[in-house]
Amino acid sequence: MTAVQSLGDTRDVGSTASGGGAVETHPVRRRRRRRLTGATFVPWLFLFPAALIFLVFKFIPMAEGIRLSLFEVRPFLGDIFVGFKNYATILQDEKFLTASWHTLVLAGGQTVGAMVIGFFLALLLEGHTKSLWFVRSAVFLPVVAATAVIGEIWRLFFYPAPEGFLNELISWVGLGPWEYIHSTDTSLVSVMFVGIWKHAPYDMVLILAGLAGIDRQQYEAAAIDGATTPQRIWNVTLPALRPVITILLTLAAIRGLRVFTEVYVLTGGGPAGSTDVWMTRVYTTAFEQSEAGLASAGSVLLFLVTLILTVSVQWYRRRREAR
Amino acid sequence: MSTVNSSRFDSAIGWSARPDAWLSRGIRFLFSALAVILFCGPLLVIFSGAFDHNPDPTKLSVIPENPSLINFQVAAENKIWRYLMNSLIIAGGALLLQLSVSVFAAYALARKKFRGQAIALLVILATMMLPEEVIAIPLSLVIGDLPLVHVSLKGTLLGVILPLGAWGFSIFVMTEFMKEIPNELEEAAKVDGAGELRLFAQIILPLCKPALGVIAVFGFNMIWEQYLLPLIVAADPSDYTLTVALLALRSDDMVGTGIVLAGALLALVPSLVVYLSLQKSFLRGITTGAIKG
Repeated sequence: MTAVQSLGDTRDVGSTASGGGAVETHPVRRRRRRRLTGATFVPWLFLFPAALIFLVFKFIPMAEGIRLSLFEVRPFLGDIFVGFKNYATILQDEKFLTASWHTLVLAGGQTVGAMVIGFFLALLLEGHTKSLWFVRSAVFLPVVAATAVIGEIWRLFFYPAPEGFLNELISWVGLGPWEYIHSTDTSLVSVMFVGIWKHAPYDMVLILAGLAGIDRQQYEAAAIDGATTPQRIWNVTLPALRPVITILLTLAAIRGLRVFTEVYVLTGGGPAGSTDVWMTRVYTTAFEQSEAGLASAGSVLLFLVTLILTVSVQWYRRRREAR
Repeated sequence: MSTVNSSRFDSAIGWSARPDAWLSRGIRFLFSALAVILFCGPLLVIFSGAFDHNPDPTKLSVIPENPSLINFQVAAENKIWRYLMNSLIIAGGALLLQLSVSVFAAYALARKKFRGQAIALLVILATMMLPEEVIAIPLSLVIGDLPLVHVSLKGTLLGVILPLGAWGFSIFVMTEFMKEIPNELEEAAKVDGAGELRLFAQIILPLCKPALGVIAVFGFNMIWEQYLLPLIVAADPSDYTLTVALLALRSDDMVGTGIVLAGALLALVPSLVVYLSLQKSFLRGITTGAIKG
């Protein structure tokens, strides 16, 4: 689950960096002679499997990707060095530009939508009773279900005929029929909706953890001051949740930029490219148009954007904490 | 947890727990029921559709209309068990590898002091900043021709398992946990003359069970969720995992909705089983992960 993975990213930045720094200050000169006798050798032995896998399946591909992005890749004919031409091509490519726009809209909409729904779910389901625990576990299920599975069931719900499942439902309140993922007007919103549905319960769990940390006496004090429930939530709960919400928003936004599976299984980027995002475009370029050089340049660009975002968020948070 | 007097302030909304507060309880019950229907309903439809003789996308329900196992029989002809086998072998193999690699690496990082430790941590951190999607294209080339040994893993399950074998997240979770284990235990064992491997296997490892639960459930989820990797490693459709095969099944005009749903159900059940049996580890992992940051 990529959500969880990216959650780990920032969490460990602080603790590990500082822990590692402390170790480095150890006196090394005297130990150097014993380097191969155990003190240094044994730890590396334990680290070896991880290092090998990372090297072969992470770092070599990354280096290879950067190299390929500078070449016109021609299988069996030999690659031609083209410098930054691939990057220029992509940045001028109409389809890539549309895709980047879709990616931003989708990432932003899903992030905010999931957060808002997750917040209301958390407010609704906060508490210690057994039945609430049960409801929370049930609501959480979309998070653990694989995206491909979720895509299949929502495709059925999005059946475009008037007698389709969702159309039937919305007709009760006088809406529809809509075509959802089958029309260029509504496809992106429909994909966004499914993303919100899958990620909202995840945000709920984190917001619940945040809610549990709020001092109950603050609520009591607010009530004594005559604050209404909405006022209390606005003035006490939300400010207290700000750290959690900031983390969630930034991580989800960064994760949203590399969205692939949701779009690929729901629409494949269609209809007429109306849900094409950056990664589906890269995929099409690489495996359907066999332009590995161009696709690598697209990947590297995505990596750079993600990296800049991650690092600046980290830097910003450090600076705030330091104050 | 709550005294009777202050129960109104046990939640941000101020839900009342008193038996006579029927309005508060009623509203909460109603919305909770709505939430369960909204978030679980779609998954229940997969169950019913998979067991329905001929599910109609216009008449989806949570109870099969004509209960039958025909979907699974037809799905078997479409190699569904093969796909499930692929998925399970990958999940089992990759998880086992991931757990052992993480535990080994964490042992070095948490219990040892050595030159280059900071660099090792930085390198692992770097792998987490590197989204798998970004390296997918060059990775497919590397898998087709492994460096130095020049072996191709294309079309093999090993080609999916090996790249998933090391995961920065679980190494870090494990490292953090192992740091908490008091030094005295280790010292005592050393005095008793225990070697490095015995120290690791008999002292440290048994104490790490809670953290193992966390990284196992996260690891399984991460592996089961994989889509792009099995897609690019596959040389032909019989190499697909179940999740990847769903799309191929749906695109086949000869295959009906019921068969696709049967496949979706088979892909759903393992994640449900793992989640429900290790639920506490899962929720603990999520919350500790975020709050610490």
